[in-house]
Amino acid sequence: MNKFLMASVATAALIGGPGAAMAECGIEQGSVRILSNDFAALRVVADAAQSCASDTVTVTKNQTSEHKNIQVPALTTNPANYTVAMIATNSVTPLLTGGLVRPLDEYVEKWGQDLQESQLIRVDGQIMAIAFMANAEHLFYREDVLAENDIAVPTSYEEVLAAAQKLRDEGVIENPLAVAYQSGWYIAAAFVNTYLGTGAELFKPGTAEPDIQNENAIKTLETMKELSSFMTTDFITLDTNSLRPMWEAGDTAMQISWGSTTGEYISESSSVPDVARATKFAAAPTIDGNSIPSAALWWDGFVIAKNISDEDAEASFRAMMVGISPDTVQENPEAAVWLVKGYETTPAAVGVAANLEGGARPYPMLPYMGLLHTALGDNLAEFMQGQESAEQALADATAAYMVAARESGFID
Amino acid sequence: MPHRTFLAFIWPSLLAMILFIAVPIVSVAYQSFFVEHQQVMTEVESCGPFGCKSEMRVDAAAMAELRSESPMGRFNGLGTYTNASHLAFDEVGAAWRGSDSLGEFIRQVMNLPFYKALIFTLSYTFIVTPLVIVLGFFIAIAVNTVSARLKGPVIFFSLLPMIVTPLIGALVLFWMIDARGVIGATLQAVFNDPQLSLKASPTLTWVTLFVYGVWHSAPFAFVVFYAGLQTVPQDTLESAMVDGASRWERIRFVTIPYLMPLATFIALMQLMDNFRVFEPIIGFSAEANASSLSHMIYTDLRSGDFPLFGSAAASSMLTILGVIILLFPVLIRTWRDFGRKA
Repeated sequence: MNKFLMASVATAALIGGPGAAMAECGIEQGSVRILSNDFAALRVVADAAQSCASDTVTVTKNQTSEHKNIQVPALTTNPANYTVAMIATNSVTPLLTGGLVRPLDEYVEKWGQDLQESQLIRVDGQIMAIAFMANAEHLFYREDVLAENDIAVPTSYEEVLAAAQKLRDEGVIENPLAVAYQSGWYIAAAFVNTYLGTGAELFKPGTAEPDIQNENAIKTLETMKELSSFMTTDFITLDTNSLRPMWEAGDTAMQISWGSTTGEYISESSSVPDVARATKFAAAPTIDGNSIPSAALWWDGFVIAKNISDEDAEASFRAMMVGISPDTVQENPEAAVWLVKGYETTPAAVGVAANLEGGARPYPMLPYMGLLHTALGDNLAEFMQGQESAEQALADATAAYMVAARESGFID
Repeated sequence: MPHRTFLAFIWPSLLAMILFIAVPIVSVAYQSFFVEHQQVMTEVESCGPFGCKSEMRVDAAAMAELRSESPMGRFNGLGTYTNASHLAFDEVGAAWRGSDSLGEFIRQVMNLPFYKALIFTLSYTFIVTPLVIVLGFFIAIAVNTVSARLKGPVIFFSLLPMIVTPLIGALVLFWMIDARGVIGATLQAVFNDPQLSLKASPTLTWVTLFVYGVWHSAPFAFVVFYAGLQTVPQDTLESAMVDGASRWERIRFVTIPYLMPLATFIALMQLMDNFRVFEPIIGFSAEANASSLSHMIYTDLRSGDFPLFGSAAASSMLTILGVIILLFPVLIRTWRDFGRKA
C-alpha cells in the first residue's frame, strides 16, 4: 500500500511538474531511459532532458559512477534497459565493439538543427554518437602563492618542477604538488596524458600491438616520478576526489586535475573563499621541449541503444536534444566546457580551452585501449615507489596487456 | 540406518549442493578453457570534436555471427592457466635460465602477477590466522573473568570489529592512517620522520593489512572460544586448584587441551577466509603494494572494457586448488580422528 502510494506520488511529481515544458519538447510518445556517469554537467543534461516528461512520455535516469560496468549488459538485452547512454571517449568503444548502438544520421537530419558539425562522432561515415562537452586534465594553480614567490605560471613540466622546488626551498609549502596517481585507472590516465604530450603513439600503427617500450615512455615515467617527489608521501593512493580537500586546506599550490571539477574549485559557495578566488587554470604543461600540452582530450556525449523500438529511440534523441540544447547551456555555462552552439569560454573552462588551443591530442578511441589502460594501471606503481626500473615497469605492462589482448582476441 | 532412509533424508541437501556448489564450479572450470574469438577488425575513418583519424574498429556484425556459431569462444585448453598472468611457465623458465643467483630468480618470479598475489595471500593467511587464534583466546579468557554486570557491554565492544562491514572498517582505518590522519600524523610525530607513510611503503602496507585482518577476525575466534569456556569442566579445574596449579597452569593444562578442537575449527574457517582476502586491499587502496588471488579475479572481471572471463575462471580454479591444498592437513587429521572413534 505504502509503496503504491509512494510510486503514485513520484509519478505524479514526474509528470505533473514540468507541464509547460511538454509543448517545448513536442514528443508525442515514448519512453526515455538515461544511463550516465555522475558529475555536475551530466546532471544538468539529464535534468533538462527530464523536463520532456509528460502524460505520454516517461523520462527516467540512472546516474552512477558505475555506469561503465553496467552499460554493456544493460544495452545487450532486448529491449535494452536504457535507451540513452551518456558516454565518454573511452566508454563508447565497448558499445561500438558490441554493436549495441544505432546510427543517428536520420535523427540528426530530422531533429538535430541545433547541432554543430564538430559534435557529430562519425565512424566509417555514420553518425554513432553526439558529443556535447569536452574534458581534459590541466594545470590548477594558486595565483596568490605563485605571485608572492615570484613564480611565473609554468607552461612545461620542467617549469612545474622548478616552481615546486622553489616553493619547497623557501619553506612555503613542503609538498606543493598533487596529481591523481592512485594505482590503477588514475595513474594510467596520468601516464597516457603525459605520454601523448611527447607526440608518440601508444600502438604500432594499424595493429593492436603496444608500442610503449621506448624512450618517450621512459621520459614520461621519469617526469612523473620527479613530480611525485613534490607530493605527499601517500601519492600512490590519491584519486581525483581526494585532490580538492588538499587544495582547500592550502596543502598544495599546483595540481593537475580534470576540467570537469573546476567549477567546484572556484565555486562562490566554497568553504574557503580566499582559496577559491585565487584558484586559476592553465593548459597542461608540455614535456621534454615539445609544444603541445601533455593531456588527452576527452569528449562526453550520448548514444542511442540499438535494441529499442524506433519510437523510443526517436523520443530519446529528441529529449537529449533538449538536454543539450543551447538554452540549457546558456543557463549553465559554468557546468562544463560545452561543445554546443553559442557557448563562450567561462573562467572555469580556460584550462580545457587552452589544451584545445595548444593542440593537445585526443584520448585514443580504440577498442583495445581499455586493456592497455588497465595493464598500465596495474604495473606502474612499483616504479613510482622506486621498487623497479622504468624499463621493467613498461615490460610488465606490455606483458600484462599482451595476455589480456590475446584472451580478448585482439592479438593472435 | 538403511540406505533408503539415509537417501530420503539427504537428497534435498544433496540436490542443493549439486545445484549451488558443484554446477557453478564445473561451469567455471569449463569457462577457464575458453577465450574470446579472434576479433574481426577493420580500419575506418572516425571523426569527432578533435578531428578525424583512421582507427581500428571491431566489426560487430561479423563478431555476432562468430559468437552465435560457438558461444563459448575459442578453445584454449590450459593456455589461460599457463600464460604470463597466471602460472607463467615460460616466464618462470626464462627466469631460471637467465638468472645467476637464487635471489635474482626469486626476484624475477615475484615480479610475475600471479606469484606476487600468491605470496601476499599466503603471508596474510599464515600470519593472520595464528594471531587471530591467540588473540581471540586471550580476549575470551579476559572477558570470562570480568564481573557479570560488565560482561554484556564488554562482549558487545569486543565484537564490534566483526559487526562493522569489512569495507567500512577498512576505509575508516585507511583515513586514520593517512599522512594527515590521526594515526598517520601521530606516527610521524613519534618517529620524527615526516616522510613516514603507512600507505606508500610496501612493508608497512603489508603490516597494516595484517593488523587490520587480525583486528577484524579476532572477535570471531573470541566468540567461539568464549562459548567453549562456558563448558570447561569445573571439577577438573577445581581439582587442579587443589593440586596447587597456578592460574596459568590451569589454562595451560586444562583449558587449552579442552578447547583444542575449537582451535582446529577456527583455524579451518580462518584459513579459508584469509586465503580469500579481498576487501582490505580495496578499502586501503593497497593495490600498489599488495594483491591477492581474489583481487586478481576482481580486476579481471572489473577493470577493463571487456571482462576477462577466461582469466577470472582460471584464477578461481587456482584459488580453489589453493584452498584444498591448505586444508589438506587439517582434513586428514579430522579424518584420522574420525577413524579412531569409529
